[in-house]
Amino acid sequence: MILLNGEQSELASGETLAAALERLGVTTEQRGVAVAVDGEVVPRAQWRSLVLSEHARVEVLSAMQGG
Amino acid sequence: MADAMSGRSPVREDAATHNGARAAGVDAAPPATDPLAIAGRTLRSRLVMGTGGFSSLALLADAIAAGGSELVTVALRRIDPAARGSLIDVLDAAGVELLPNTAGCHTARDAVLTARLAREAFATDWVKLEVIGDEDTLMPDAPELLRAAEELVEEGFVVLPYTTDDPVLARRLVDVGCAAVMPLGSPIGSGMGIRNPYNISLIREAVDVPVVLDAGIGTASDATLAMELGCDAVMVASAISRAEDPVRMAAAMRAAVNAGRLARTAGRIPRRLHARASTPDEGLADLA
Repeated sequence: MILLNGEQSELASGETLAAALERLGVTTEQRGVAVAVDGEVVPRAQWRSLVLSEHARVEVLSAMQGG
Repeated sequence: MADAMSGRSPVREDAATHNGARAAGVDAAPPATDPLAIAGRTLRSRLVMGTGGFSSLALLADAIAAGGSELVTVALRRIDPAARGSLIDVLDAAGVELLPNTAGCHTARDAVLTARLAREAFATDWVKLEVIGDEDTLMPDAPELLRAAEELVEEGFVVLPYTTDDPVLARRLVDVGCAAVMPLGSPIGSGMGIRNPYNISLIREAVDVPVVLDAGIGTASDATLAMELGCDAVMVASAISRAEDPVRMAAAMRAAVNAGRLARTAGRIPRRLHARASTPDEGLADLA
C-alpha cells in the first residue's frame, strides 16, 4: 500500500512518482512544489523516473500561508 | 530644541535643525531609512512580513503593498488539490522574496528535511529555522535548534533562526554560521510586545549579524521599540494579519519600523532623573 500525503492510495508499486503527482493534479513543471518519498527529498529531475515501491510513503508539499 | 548650555540663540538653532532635516530627507513621506544587508542581499524595507492568518490572498497582497515588505515568510504543507488561487503567484506579483519557514517542526531532523524540501520548492537557500519545543509557548527548543542550524549551514543554507531572547544562544547560533538571529519578543501570536527589552539590547551587543525581532509584536509601538533597541529589522505576522484592518496595520508597521530605525540612528538623548531646561535662562526678563 502506497501512502500519498498520509492517505491510502490506489497506486500500485511500479508506478512512477509522476503518476502519483498526477492524482493530486500536480504537473512535473508546477512551481512551489516539493516531494519527499520515505523521508527523503526527491529532486524534481527525478519525478518522472522514480519508481515507487510497495510501501512507499509519498509526501507532496506546496506553499502555504505562514508566519 | 536649543540647548540651554550651548549659548547659541534658539532661533539660529531651530533654523539649522530644520535645514538639516530637509537635507537628510527625513521630512519626505514615507521616511527613508538605510538599507539592510543580510547574507549579501540588500533589503530596502526593514519590515519582514509573515503571510499566515490573512483571510484571503487579495488581502495579503494589499497588506504587503501597504507594508512595503520585500521579504515574506511562507510555510510548506501537504498540497491541497482543492485550494483556490496560488500563494506563489500572488507573492510573485507582489515582487517579494520568499523566506520559507520550518514552522511546526519539533526536531532538528524534521526541520532539516523541511528546509531541504523548501529549497526544492522555492529555489532559495534561505530558511527561517524554527524548531519548536513546547506547544503552549511555541518557544524554541535550543539544543535541537542549534543542531539543525549547524547542519543546514554545512549544507549551504542561509539560516535565520527563530530563537529565544538569550544572548548566549544567539552567539552560539552565529558561531555555527547563522546569517542573522531572530529573537522573540514574547510568544508567537501573543501580541505581548517585547517582554525583556534588556535582553534584546544584549543580543544586539553579542552578535555581529543582523538581529530581526521575531514574534510577540502586538502593535506599532512594539515594532518601533524593537528598532530603537538596535534590531536591524522586525518580523510581523499575526499583528498585521489578525488586526481588524490588516492593510492599515501594515502601513502602521511600515511607519513604526522606519521611525524606530531613524530614532536609533539619530542617537537618542540619555535618560536623566532630573529635568534639564531646553529654554536658556539668559536674557530672562526681570519681572519681580
